[in-house]
Amino acid sequence: MLEINILTLIYLIASVTFIIGLKMLSHPASARKGNLVAAFGMGLAIVGTIFLYRDDEGNKLHNYGWIFGGLLIGGIVGTLAAKKVKMTAMPEMVSLFNGMGGACAALISMIEFGHFAKMGYLDKIVQSYEAGEVIQDAVLTRPVPIETLLTIFAGLVIGTVSFAGSMIAWGKLNGKIKDFSFKGQHIFNLVMLTAVLALSAYLIVVVATVEPRPDPNLDNVVPKDLGSMPLVLFYATFGLAMIYGIMFVMPIGGADMPVVISLLNSFTGVAAACGGFLYDNNVMLTGGILVGAAGTLLTILMCKAMNRSLKNVLIGSFGNSNKPASGG
Amino acid sequence: MESVFNWIAINQQMIYIVILMVFVGIEVIGRVPSVLHTPLMSGANAIHGVVIIGAIIVMGKAESDNYVALILGFLAVVLGTLNVVGGFVVTDRMLEMFKNKKAQK
Repeated sequence: MLEINILTLIYLIASVTFIIGLKMLSHPASARKGNLVAAFGMGLAIVGTIFLYRDDEGNKLHNYGWIFGGLLIGGIVGTLAAKKVKMTAMPEMVSLFNGMGGACAALISMIEFGHFAKMGYLDKIVQSYEAGEVIQDAVLTRPVPIETLLTIFAGLVIGTVSFAGSMIAWGKLNGKIKDFSFKGQHIFNLVMLTAVLALSAYLIVVVATVEPRPDPNLDNVVPKDLGSMPLVLFYATFGLAMIYGIMFVMPIGGADMPVVISLLNSFTGVAAACGGFLYDNNVMLTGGILVGAAGTLLTILMCKAMNRSLKNVLIGSFGNSNKPASGG
Repeated sequence: MESVFNWIAINQQMIYIVILMVFVGIEVIGRVPSVLHTPLMSGANAIHGVVIIGAIIVMGKAESDNYVALILGFLAVVLGTLNVVGGFVVTDRMLEMFKNKKAQK
């Protein structure tokens, strides 16, 4: 139990460093130090999670080789890329890293959903006792709670849109991708977004309302076989969200890219917060919502500094400015 | 309707965090000068890299015979680390440039 308590304290410290870091980042004199403060908190949270995390049943994490391998590769590549990049190419680098964060959030959702789809939903082995003796094991299959599914889908859709959009913004800033729009793009985008939301809603309802069914004989009867349908539709949702993210940024002019990157930045914040909901993890929740809120305000401030309205910037798209708020 | 109330009661701690953080996020950067917009965006970008913690958890929980989860999880850890490390280093370099410019003037 001690480990969990230490980890809770670490998460608390990390959350505070994020807030202080952001505060310091918004004053010229303390900005550089603020970045270091937040980085320190992040490092603490990462190390703490690796060594002290316990799940509900008290199990430690495993696959340490994979974790350290990933951290090492990401760390080296990230440092080199960030050190090598030309000063003028900084904003596109930010966009690239932002896209990585979005993709990370989407991948987490994917793995978690794949988990549920593979396991035949939440199986709980319930033992029935009679006179103190175990007489029979029973498997009670419960559907996945609807709020878990909601956060998984929110993480997937927001993360994917952020990833795809950031990649396009990155390509535009380094001149590889030209502005592109066609007649009826507004309608096309609207249809895309509706399709993504409708598919998500349909899947959430289908998966969340699978009939719970006790299986007293342990015959391994699958409750109501949804087959591969949920997974196929899940990846279809992912694909559509990707297309939406691309089409959302495509028509926006290169000069407006910083504003768009800031907006996508706050999207990724919300996607990270979804992970916080999913794992009941307060540091992810705090960090994600903090960035979601600060990023949205920063987007508006940047628009103001350029003497433009957000609506004007996003004219290739439509009222997306309120998305971070509703996603959280 | 009752289930909604129940949900709020069970998750009230999280709901409080979300509401308070929205206000903190807005207040904390409220008076940022426009020269700091880009570094602040970059710093915030690094902070949402906290999603790496979710990636570590999902990776650490994956069964060692579930290759799809292992590969996707590994990818998530790499991408999340890129976001965190790259984000903080880029922000630091931006602010370094900022300082040099000031010193030259």
